[in-house]
Amino acid sequence: MVEWEFLILLLTNGVLIGLMYALIALGFVLIYKATDAINFAQGEFVMFASLIVVFAILAFGAPLWLAIAVGVGGMIAFGFGLERVVLRPLIGRPVVAVIMATIGLAAMLRGIGPMLFGSGTQSLALPISDAPIIWGPLFISPIQMLGAGVSICFLAVFGWFFLKSRKGIAMRAVADNQQVAMAMGINVERYFALAWAMAGIVSALGGVVWGNMLGVDVQLALVGLKVFPVVILGGLDSIVGAIVGGIIVGVVENVAAGYLDPIVGGGTKDFAPYVLMILVLMFRPYGIFGKQIIERI
Amino acid sequence: MSARTVSTEELELSLRGISKHFGGVRAVADVSIDVRRGEIMSVIGPNGAGKTSVLNMVSGFYHPDTGTISLKGADITNEKPSEIARLGVARTFQNIALFKGLSVLDNLMLGRHVRMKAGVLSSILYWGPAQREEVEHRRWVESLIDFLKLQDLRKQPAGALAYGLQKRVELGRALALDPSLLLLDEPMAGMNQEEKEDMARYVLDVNEEWGTTVVLIEHDMGVVMDISDRIAVLDRGEKIAEGNADEVRANPAVIQAYLGAGEQSAEAAHG
Repeated sequence: MVEWEFLILLLTNGVLIGLMYALIALGFVLIYKATDAINFAQGEFVMFASLIVVFAILAFGAPLWLAIAVGVGGMIAFGFGLERVVLRPLIGRPVVAVIMATIGLAAMLRGIGPMLFGSGTQSLALPISDAPIIWGPLFISPIQMLGAGVSICFLAVFGWFFLKSRKGIAMRAVADNQQVAMAMGINVERYFALAWAMAGIVSALGGVVWGNMLGVDVQLALVGLKVFPVVILGGLDSIVGAIVGGIIVGVVENVAAGYLDPIVGGGTKDFAPYVLMILVLMFRPYGIFGKQIIERI
Repeated sequence: MSARTVSTEELELSLRGISKHFGGVRAVADVSIDVRRGEIMSVIGPNGAGKTSVLNMVSGFYHPDTGTISLKGADITNEKPSEIARLGVARTFQNIALFKGLSVLDNLMLGRHVRMKAGVLSSILYWGPAQREEVEHRRWVESLIDFLKLQDLRKQPAGALAYGLQKRVELGRALALDPSLLLLDEPMAGMNQEEKEDMARYVLDVNEEWGTTVVLIEHDMGVVMDISDRIAVLDRGEKIAEGNADEVRANPAVIQAYLGAGEQSAEAAHG
């Protein structure tokens, strides 16, 4: 293979995988935008959603569409419940309290998931071919195409929601200043619940595409770790940033793996995004698209 | 203390013996204030007198330890802030509390929030009723924009405006709620004389043309004496005087509380 073709292959796959990272980061951004809380359990949300979907298929023989619907519904219910039981008592408390709560939640989900749904690695089959689409020098896996497509749809819908719709703007107002939002007659609890439910929907579909690609078990939660370089690069509260950050992380990973792995013997894929993250933090502490207010984090 | 006795139907807001402690600090002690429908009632007092605490209890941000608050005769002592807003109480804040990243128009439209009825789904999809409602509210807000002379600033991010304009937008956001009771926490703080006069004019216009009842906290004694129908004076959490401008000015307890500084302000107001 010629040199430039190799590079194009790396870049294309990087963009596609990056869009799939963006899908997961989106759940994180939704929560941060609406509640100003950093959700350290995003990866666990995705894992938990995929466990529900697989369980619905294996234990009840549900058809795929129904299993996905159950997964989405389950995660919406989970989001509402979480907001009501764990997070509502923390409204008005320091942001750190919410962060700690989500870290605890992450650990709990890693324990409860296998307990409820079994601990073996299950496959989540989708009715799409495994065979890569070969187009010139490109090898594109269909699941990555699907994941990237789902991701773009969600990003467009939520982008519009926050910029143009009344509810979205009210949600931003809630994140900006809860007390003032209350004085405007905005029911803050209801918007928090809505945000967690939206994050639940995104996580469920993220769980389906990532579960198909990596297999469904507790390890799936590790994709959540990629969220941090993505949102730090893109900005914690920016939906466009989630896309751009996701693509950058995907591309950097692939290019590092393609060129550096043969020299150093492998593993660069896992830490290259973090090196980049630290570099970005040194020059733009609020990310590439983030709002320039950082004292609250 | 007021000479005239007022029947409860005429009262927009009634505080009866409210007290509030924060830890060991007594912020508000047994304060009773009646605000008549359609009047401008100012609450004055030295820093730390408990003025903002009183306002925050009316807004429902926190609830009094003892005593009751009623709005148009209905008990709202333990209501949630969003519910109190729904009942027609709007307010501004001591420190500007605009949603800085949002445009002036979006800030004002958020003030309409309690008047919007469309459900989550139809708003998200922007279908039918939600769209009609949006147009209707937009028209309402446009008239407010004209009233406050904010025409050229609609699309500006609120955080980028000059200080005086931000205060005006914040007033607009409170008015967008179409309140029957407007709570203003130091709306003129940090303004120059011209901006203060503009703001005083807007408050008077709202009060006269819309019949909105106003509760005003303000340190500028000139403005307070000029525009208030009645004034309540707080000192160290207690109400020490109440009456019209002349009565309050002549009250020895008030002069004592302001320790000379108040006398000067009072005299300045005379001149």
